[in-house]
Amino acid sequence: MSLLEVNNLTVSFGDHHVVRNVSFAVQPGEQLGIIGESGSGKSLSMLAIMGLLPEGATVSGSVLFDGQELLQRTDAEMSKFRGKHIGMVFQDPLASLNPLMTIGKQVAQPLINHKIASRKDARLRATELCSLVGLPEPQRMVESYPHQLSGGQRQRVGLAIALACSPSLLIADEPTTALDVTVQQEVLQAIRGLAAAQGTSLIFVSHDLPVVASMVNRVLVLHDGTVVENTSKDQLLRAPQHPHTQRIVASAKQSSALLRQATQSSAQ
Amino acid sequence: MNASPDALAQLERDYGLDKPLVVQYVDWLSGAVRGDLGTSMLTGADIASEIGAKATITLPLIALASLFAVLIALPIGMVSALRHRKLDGVALSTTSQLGIAIPTFWMGVMLISVFALRTSLFPAGGFPDEGWSAWTESVRSLMLPAITLGLAQGAVLARFARSATLDVMQQDYFRTARATGMTRAKALHVHGVRNALIPVISVLGVQISTLIVGAIVVENVFALPGIGQMLLQDVAIRDYPKVQGIVVCATAMVFVVGFFIDLAMAAVDPRARRAS
Amino acid sequence: MKRNRTLTVGVILIAFSLISTLVGWIWTPYDPLDMNPDVSFARPSFSHILGTDVFGRDVLSNIMIGARSTLIVALVSVFIGIALGAAIGISAALSPAKVRQLTIFGIDIILALPSVLFAIVLAAVYGASTFTATIAIGIALSAAIAQVTRRETTQVLRSDYVAAAKVSGSGTGQIIRLHVLPNILPSLLVQASGAVAIAILAESTLSYLGLGTTPPTPSWGRMLAESQKYLLVDPIVALWPGLVIVLTVLGFNLIGDGLRLSLDPTMKRDAK
Repeated sequence: MSLLEVNNLTVSFGDHHVVRNVSFAVQPGEQLGIIGESGSGKSLSMLAIMGLLPEGATVSGSVLFDGQELLQRTDAEMSKFRGKHIGMVFQDPLASLNPLMTIGKQVAQPLINHKIASRKDARLRATELCSLVGLPEPQRMVESYPHQLSGGQRQRVGLAIALACSPSLLIADEPTTALDVTVQQEVLQAIRGLAAAQGTSLIFVSHDLPVVASMVNRVLVLHDGTVVENTSKDQLLRAPQHPHTQRIVASAKQSSALLRQATQSSAQ
Repeated sequence: MNASPDALAQLERDYGLDKPLVVQYVDWLSGAVRGDLGTSMLTGADIASEIGAKATITLPLIALASLFAVLIALPIGMVSALRHRKLDGVALSTTSQLGIAIPTFWMGVMLISVFALRTSLFPAGGFPDEGWSAWTESVRSLMLPAITLGLAQGAVLARFARSATLDVMQQDYFRTARATGMTRAKALHVHGVRNALIPVISVLGVQISTLIVGAIVVENVFALPGIGQMLLQDVAIRDYPKVQGIVVCATAMVFVVGFFIDLAMAAVDPRARRAS
Repeated sequence: MKRNRTLTVGVILIAFSLISTLVGWIWTPYDPLDMNPDVSFARPSFSHILGTDVFGRDVLSNIMIGARSTLIVALVSVFIGIALGAAIGISAALSPAKVRQLTIFGIDIILALPSVLFAIVLAAVYGASTFTATIAIGIALSAAIAQVTRRETTQVLRSDYVAAAKVSGSGTGQIIRLHVLPNILPSLLVQASGAVAIAILAESTLSYLGLGTTPPTPSWGRMLAESQKYLLVDPIVALWPGLVIVLTVLGFNLIGDGLRLSLDPTMKRDAK
């Protein structure tokens, strides 16, 4: 049985359909990438799975997690899934953390909420998680506030929060888009490392093909709210089917070609 | 008054009223800065010490009222924001709208009618003659006035608490909290309170002058011998220097409170603290 | 066009006070000053719809005439506030930087002083009366209105169509008349309704404290002060003046909210 099965997911705001009949599946231990330009509906699809859509949105279709239907559940019921079975990392690291709370408290929160650990144990586990995501000086980090950290560090905190309860699925929505290029690799490394260690399945959402390609083995391409391609990473890079995908792959190859040229010319 | 011209002239010289207006003002200002607000025209007593004596009633009243205001405003504001699409949320929001429209003196009179005259929980007015040495009686006398003032201010603050909470619910960190499995209510409880508190406290700072006026009114309603009551008496007898002294003290207090508000902000918001 | 519920409710609420004022000019059930000691503290009945007070005066008639004093003070002071505030605000927006800074400073100082306190100080110097109360409230209101007017005028002056007008040779006066005033008018209306609510509360507070409308002219605030002495005998008498104040103030506040909602098409979020 698939870990996550999405069937004919449709999200609309009034008459405006932003996500149309999206269907895909994620197997246990699999890494799935979702590529699309902004406005393609990728973030909203993820929010729909989590039941975190903004007010005014209507959802239809089916989202089966471990065989259980997630759509149409109440907020209280969904809160049992969130964090515990499905974790999510968001795009803006600074805005995603409460500026008034210490890092340690925020990482410990999910453990306390889902009654996995006592307050004391949760704090200890928080320090552990901080070191697992590669944060320097975890003891000091745990007492710090978000504004005292760098962008990359904050995003790793976000990762620690999302994986605190060892969920079976992690959704990463453009986790490195807001970060400097130099810092991106650290965060991607942290995601790869921790997900592998906990055996977490991964959905990696981004508009950036090279980044996605480095993280996953299967790719979904979204365009204008619909799925236009669903193949393995190799297949996508070698022989993209849909014209839109072909454009994405072509421009990505062109960028890396330009970079190779520039490197060669400067080496001469 | 049928005083002789000489006596009047002497009185003028005593009070420096024969000097040009500007000189009078500068004299007063230099005295005020040193803490000397002059003497009351009628009683001849030292204005500063008179204000100080009455302040022992007015200042605790204002402090207590502010506390009540925040304690009332925060839960009402937060719940009405949490349930802003449901009926009870709208009802709460309407109640605070109503609270703003209720004049403080009417609220006081109504509270007296219900709580002081029907039950013996609180006195209908007055303050024990022995002052604060009669501890429990003094506190009982300040309760209804403080609640009245607190309710009036609370209604205003509740609207800010509500919009601050709605703001928090739009933030990314609120979404993160829900993504970790907290219901909206729990997320507000853990993350929302401190964030909603900041605008409420800063509005309270701005509202201090309104609180002072409220204290004057409430002291009148409940016959409390504080600065407010003294002020109204002075106005009736046209003791202008005294009124001026009181207004200056009130303005100074606004600044002092503003300073304490800044301290409170630093305590709540780590970003506002200087040293990290 | 969606019906503006807030506006409608607000208008309904102030209807009583408005109608009382208008009708009261020609007719009241009884002469409000007419004392009938043998019917004092009468319960509400057909002959006295809201009962009578300690001296046997008809409560309804007093409320109707009281509406007049309160509304006149409120409307005149708001008029002063808007005229003065808008004038100061607009000229501050047009002034060179130093003058503008000074004006802003002056506005801030007056802004810090609530209207009731201002009226109290004025009463200490000139004696308490309806006139001093009106002036004091008017000046206090003008500060808040000046602040908002200055900001909005600055915004209008920075806009492209004003720049175009200046380029085509329009003078300052013309710009004010043709561009500034029409654009700040909606906001002035919204502020006006809020200001009336504040003025009513201020006037009734001052009357309650004995610093407003002088006896024997009926006023809501003073009616409340008098009835306070007799709460043990008849608490209901204290109910009516307060109730009318609440309804009228709430009404004007809702009108202000309603106007804001219908005049600002860009505001989609909940304004309250």
